[in-house]
Amino acid sequence: MKLTGAQIVLACLKDEGVEFLFGYPGGAALHIYDAVYQQDQVRHILVRHEQGATHAADGFARVTGKPGVVLVTSGPGVTNTVTGIATAYMDSIPMVVLTAQVPTHLIGDDAFQEVDTVGITRPCVKHNFLVKDVNDLAMTIKKAFYIATTGRPGPVVVDIPKDVTAAQAEYVYPKSIEMRSYAPVQKGHTKQISRAVDLLLQAERPVIYTGGGVVQGNAALELCELVRELQYPCTNTLMGLGAFPASDPLFIGMLGMHGTYEANMVMYECDVMLAVGARFDDRVTGDLKLFSPRSRIIHVDVDPSSIGKNVGVEVPIVGEAAPVLREMIALVRQRKDKLVSGAIDAWWNTINAWRGIDCLDYDASDELIKPQYVVQKLFEITKGEAFVASDVGQHQMWAAQYYGFDQPRRWVNSGGLGTMGFGLPAAMGIQLAYPDMPVACITGEASIMMCIQELSTCKQYDLPIKVIALNNRYMGMVRQWQEFFYESRYSHSYMDALPDFVRLAESFGHVGMRIDKPGDVEGALKEAFDSDDRLVFMDFITDQTENVYPMIAAGAGHNEMHLKPSRRGEIHEERELA
Amino acid sequence: MRRVISLLLENEAGALSRVAGLFSARGYNIESLTVAPTDDATLSHMTIVTYGSDLVIEQITKQLNKLIDVVRLIDLTEGAHIEREMLLAKVALAKLPLSELKVLVELFKGCIIDICQSNCTVEITGTGQRLDAFVEACGRTQIIELVRSGVSGITRGTRQSGELNRQT
Repeated sequence: MKLTGAQIVLACLKDEGVEFLFGYPGGAALHIYDAVYQQDQVRHILVRHEQGATHAADGFARVTGKPGVVLVTSGPGVTNTVTGIATAYMDSIPMVVLTAQVPTHLIGDDAFQEVDTVGITRPCVKHNFLVKDVNDLAMTIKKAFYIATTGRPGPVVVDIPKDVTAAQAEYVYPKSIEMRSYAPVQKGHTKQISRAVDLLLQAERPVIYTGGGVVQGNAALELCELVRELQYPCTNTLMGLGAFPASDPLFIGMLGMHGTYEANMVMYECDVMLAVGARFDDRVTGDLKLFSPRSRIIHVDVDPSSIGKNVGVEVPIVGEAAPVLREMIALVRQRKDKLVSGAIDAWWNTINAWRGIDCLDYDASDELIKPQYVVQKLFEITKGEAFVASDVGQHQMWAAQYYGFDQPRRWVNSGGLGTMGFGLPAAMGIQLAYPDMPVACITGEASIMMCIQELSTCKQYDLPIKVIALNNRYMGMVRQWQEFFYESRYSHSYMDALPDFVRLAESFGHVGMRIDKPGDVEGALKEAFDSDDRLVFMDFITDQTENVYPMIAAGAGHNEMHLKPSRRGEIHEERELA
Repeated sequence: MRRVISLLLENEAGALSRVAGLFSARGYNIESLTVAPTDDATLSHMTIVTYGSDLVIEQITKQLNKLIDVVRLIDLTEGAHIEREMLLAKVALAKLPLSELKVLVELFKGCIIDICQSNCTVEITGTGQRLDAFVEACGRTQIIELVRSGVSGITRGTRQSGELNRQT
């Protein structure tokens, strides 16, 4: 039977098992929206801004592992998605973005709501397509899902002109697909894995450093097994939190710019490093010349271009994290007698001494709400089991430092691109995926304003998200850098003329709370999480001057960390922060 | 180091801009780039001349390989290979008489392909260095207009770079 292009789009989504379509209609997308109306298998979520659609689909993808799907119209519909597409691209999140386009005969004529979608999105997608013939439509959508979800995942854009959605074609959805130009590697090279295991077993001061690739590659179980088999210290990047349980004594915390003292010192002093699904990003490595100067590095990554990009590697292994780790576990078990006896105990003694510094200790207060305290209380009240979406800035770092994630896919944040405004729409995608689970959105009063309109979407779909705004009346991270590096000249980092968030939340039909005393924090959080059918917006008025510690200044080394001011001098701090 | 990279890619709209965009976005150098269809209509062939440290070249080849449209990549400079470039030059006859120019063109195994009263157009094919030598020999002031094609390359002997599924 022949279907129109619009019907084919929906049929493809159905055959891909898509549950949610996040979108916003418009002229060029009207045929597709008509097809959306005439079916009930794919649920469309109407956002208030296309950026929200991409972040919501992204949040859905991060917690489920399934591709997030977006539908927008041409022109401004597309340009509004670009931030969300770039966010997903930087964090390797599988996403398929369907964009309507002006009819083929108008392409290139500067038609109404026309932009060069393929051109604009090209640098921030894994791949993109313009479909000019309805007969290619189903195959192209199949390719889009295949490319988005395999290898190193990423967003794929399919641009569909309006006349293509009206034209008819025979619908056949391909069951499988093979592309001569795209064949992602799955299994790692056996010899390299064997070399890696030998190197690991010889280590006297080892570390296992893992990133988002272990979360996205569903390799958390394998990672735990390997780490526990070896009893080696494990650190996670911001993107990798939850891959290894934070409550496990073998976990030494997050590493990098705001990582723990012990994690960064382990990175600096180690002799063998196993990096899995991590990309040696500048926020992790700091000064490359001072990065882990004595280590021999094994790097496992599904993307060959990640290996050797920033840091030289002795044993490169291209492959998916899970199968590579499984092979490693088997070899470690066979060769365990080769472990250097006693060495690891001495290493743990050193690490535990670093731990003794207690670098995440902060000055408690009876008068001002400390943002760290709010996150700690949130962790206690939700028993560490909530999904936490965050925006970008200080609150993001505090969430990462003080909410101990024991499971993968619970912590959702824009690590690579650092997109303010990500948190609330991402939380929508998470809450839709897990309607009965607690979902917290940790945000700041600056970030939340960037996608505040989505409070309306939350009302429409009854999403009982708990918004935890750590309101310090500043763009906190900008203020922190200005304090340290610009002699406290707070240039445009002050949030003036803020709304009354309580009334704002209420006007959207939600519950609003303002909390300004430390003694009220726990009660407010309990009350909010007890009301499981309402969105509660909690406006925590926090200490304005609180900074994120420890901190490594941009471009400094892992051994040049700084603790909070009252504890300066307790560790070796070579470079001054300011 | 200078490298000549031979690429076989899907003959899709936008494939060229993906390659060009990759070089500009990541700040890689591009000295010349030629692209043309192959005898298989679904494929295009591209020769890119680039330069950079070994680390940069490694990233360039990895990033190019990562492009979904790239079917095969060979770094020709890794082994024995042949490079050719074509030059078209309009040479003024005022100071360089036709008789002298003819000798020069013969020496460079080129040919004169157009002639008028004041100038003639010469075609020379060879390596980049050979074309540079011809320009020097003519004298730069004699050349009114110069067009070079950019490098095309192919492997020597049984090594393969060009076509797909064709065993030697």
